Amino acid sequence: MNVRRVESISAQLEEACSTGDSVEDELEMATVRHRPEALELLEAQSKFTKKELQILYRGFKNECPSGVVNEETFKEIYSQFFPQGDSTTYAHFLFNAFDTDHNGAVSFEDFIKGLSILLRGTVQEKLNWAFNLYDINKDGYITKEEMLDIMKAIYDMMGKCTYPVLKEDAPRQHVETFFQKMDKNKDGVVTIDEFIESCQKDENIMRSMQLFENVI
Amino acid sequence: MAAGVATWLPFARAAAVGWLPLAQQPLPPAPGVKASRGDEVLVVNVSGRRFETWKNTLDRYPDTLLGSSEKEFFYNADSGEYFFDRDPDMFRHVLNFYRTGRLHCPRQECIQAFDEELAFYGLVPELVGDCCLEEYRDRKKENAERLAEDEEAEQAVDGPALRAGSSLRQRLWRAFENPHTSTAALVFYYVTGFFIAVSVIANVVETIPCRSPTRRPSREQPCGERFPLAFFCMDTACVLIFTGEYLLRLFAAPSRCRFLRSVMSLIDVVAILPYYIGLFVPKNEDVSGAFVTLRVFRVFRIFKFSRHSQGLRILGYTLKSCASELGFLLFSLTMAIIIFATVMFYAEKGTNKTNFTSIPAAFWYTIVTMTTLGYGDMVPSTIAGKIFGSICSLSGVLVIALPVPVIVSNFSRIYHQNQRADKRRAQQKVRSARIRLAKSGTTNAFLQYKQNGDLEDNGSGEEQAVCVRNRSAFEQQHHHLLHCLEKTTCHEFTDELTFNEALGAVSLGGRTSRSTSLSSQPVGPGSLLSSCCPRRAKRRAIRLANSTASVSRGSMQELDTLAGLRRSPASQSRSSLNAKPHDSLDLNCDSRDFVAAIISIPTPPANTPDESQPSSPGGSGGGGASSNLRNSSLGTPCLLPETVKISSL
Repeated sequence: MNVRRVESISAQLEEACSTGDSVEDELEMATVRHRPEALELLEAQSKFTKKELQILYRGFKNECPSGVVNEETFKEIYSQFFPQGDSTTYAHFLFNAFDTDHNGAVSFEDFIKGLSILLRGTVQEKLNWAFNLYDINKDGYITKEEMLDIMKAIYDMMGKCTYPVLKEDAPRQHVETFFQKMDKNKDGVVTIDEFIESCQKDENIMRSMQLFENVI
Repeated sequence: MAAGVATWLPFARAAAVGWLPLAQQPLPPAPGVKASRGDEVLVVNVSGRRFETWKNTLDRYPDTLLGSSEKEFFYNADSGEYFFDRDPDMFRHVLNFYRTGRLHCPRQECIQAFDEELAFYGLVPELVGDCCLEEYRDRKKENAERLAEDEEAEQAVDGPALRAGSSLRQRLWRAFENPHTSTAALVFYYVTGFFIAVSVIANVVETIPCRSPTRRPSREQPCGERFPLAFFCMDTACVLIFTGEYLLRLFAAPSRCRFLRSVMSLIDVVAILPYYIGLFVPKNEDVSGAFVTLRVFRVFRIFKFSRHSQGLRILGYTLKSCASELGFLLFSLTMAIIIFATVMFYAEKGTNKTNFTSIPAAFWYTIVTMTTLGYGDMVPSTIAGKIFGSICSLSGVLVIALPVPVIVSNFSRIYHQNQRADKRRAQQKVRSARIRLAKSGTTNAFLQYKQNGDLEDNGSGEEQAVCVRNRSAFEQQHHHLLHCLEKTTCHEFTDELTFNEALGAVSLGGRTSRSTSLSSQPVGPGSLLSSCCPRRAKRRAIRLANSTASVSRGSMQELDTLAGLRRSPASQSRSSLNAKPHDSLDLNCDSRDFVAAIISIPTPPANTPDESQPSSPGGSGGGGASSNLRNSSLGTPCLLPETVKISSL
């Protein structure tokens, strides 16, 4: 997907008339303004209708006038939904999952791509996305350490005041359970095929995949 | 940025797909609310003010929102107009930019709001026209300064918060920095202040000549030599206290290198060093000259008062921030002194018995004259000398008067900043109390939702309506999201009180409560509970729903206020907790004999399969029991300890 990135006029102006005053430089930080692809193009590339895209974009633009979300903002936004815990780690992983071109910012296209998979994709695509989320270094294998990081991040979101009291090894045990279920050949890593196969066998997971379809 | 939390809710819920493969329990079904987001835009019509302009006008600047295809996203096909949910007054300025090519800054609007509008429409602040640029920049700088103060004040407010796990060092440091936090610190503060005063007064008094009746009246001794032992003892005591204080501060400082380099610690060292040097230096004539000089440094002890006085600190800070003005003053004075001294010297050169023996000697005359002191010990006698002397005194007034207003205005600004900071600190306390309340409201709203949870699933229509009425679609979906997280991790959100109780039970071993616990009753407690709970929960819900109606309505605003706030532990609201014991006594389920009243956080009935586990005693309030549960059920879907809180009758 081609992305038009428009450097702001301020950067050029700054070079043209630098005042040498550090305060001024701070004021006129070069802000990158990003404009998304045209509506028709996005509609063709995602599974949303035009109206849905309009609605999504308005919200997106309202929150991020510059057109991109950087990681800090992402974490802030996500943490508003989980006031009791610390969601920064999980938001970091989510950010990496959304930021498919790894440029440090989530543009509207990235956002729509992710949402399209999550809300309108097939079960296969969703599982693929989830696998991508868990595979932190994107090498095609989920190791126990990666899963432990993810699990800890999720448990962090619960915060301190949980019932029952959160034990230190709860994430680790959860990871063990997960690997027992998913790692078919017991080689210590979960590949995408093992993952999808195991998930498809699990009724609960399959049923819950339909859970978030009506979000938009 | 403006927290439009509702906008991001779909995203947060979509991201919850990431938890699905990890969930060890089936996730709750989604709330059946049709997210009617399509009407959002149409309904919110800020002012309906219609602006009409040519398309060409907008096309003049294709780099902006209005000039590019980005505005198609805001096109409303039904009404055939572009709808922007923004401030119409600000938009006027934006549109005028397209018309005239100059962006003007509105005088009466908040500069940050204006900035936000510019950012939204894709205009860079450089486009502000020359006529308004200076003011724009000034106001922005002022705002940024004020925001920086805000952050500092926040940190200062949060700083004194006592963390449970703080070490002795941290506590000591906190006591030093904020003496008002504990009585011991306050006592220490006053004691050191007292001793500083004593030390300074002793230094002063020991030079007063006191008449000794025993000696010849013509020879008067300073008191210091008359009572050397007394003064020495007092000095020793003061220095001991100062040394102790310094060492304690050094020990408690979080960053010792930084502490060693700080101004106050240098002053401390300078204050106590002469004493020690004096102890070790033998008393002989050669060195005593230097020794006497050292004693001068004892006067620096008076600077230790700056820890006790904020005004002194402000003064010091002002001088530091006016360093450039002071430097200019000094430089210009030096220039003038040299010029006039030279002139006066050469003018008075011819006279006999003149005081102006050299140019440096004339410096003294110039300084005294320029500062309008006029001691009169050096006076010009020639006519030329008198003429130049008068010019010197006139110019002196001017040169000194020029930088002074700058320094004064700096001082005034800093002083007022300080006043504002104090006022803001007081307001912050009120504000954070309010925010904590809002936050606990959100938590309570969610805990409430959980009580109503089973209602959603199996309650009848009218029961549902009663309790659901007070929850918006946003709240429902948010609570569903939190519920999914609970299911994924097999832990539940609670408030602080129950958490502390659970912690306490864990430390006590927790076993004692099991005897009164609702053990695995043979009759499938889950289902029965779910049947009797609705009534109870409904009653409670009705009672509490009304009390927390305002809270649930304001949940979106609460989330907004939470944005950017540091997490502080939610303070419990006892109202909802106190309601529970009462409710538990209202049990109408007569099919069993409860030994203990149950305060339950009823779980959705989807978990009933877990009840059949024979090895599991029903979860009691003690975490000990539940940890057993956890360990025993490693390979199986994890149990949700339900029915859980026990209160003895």
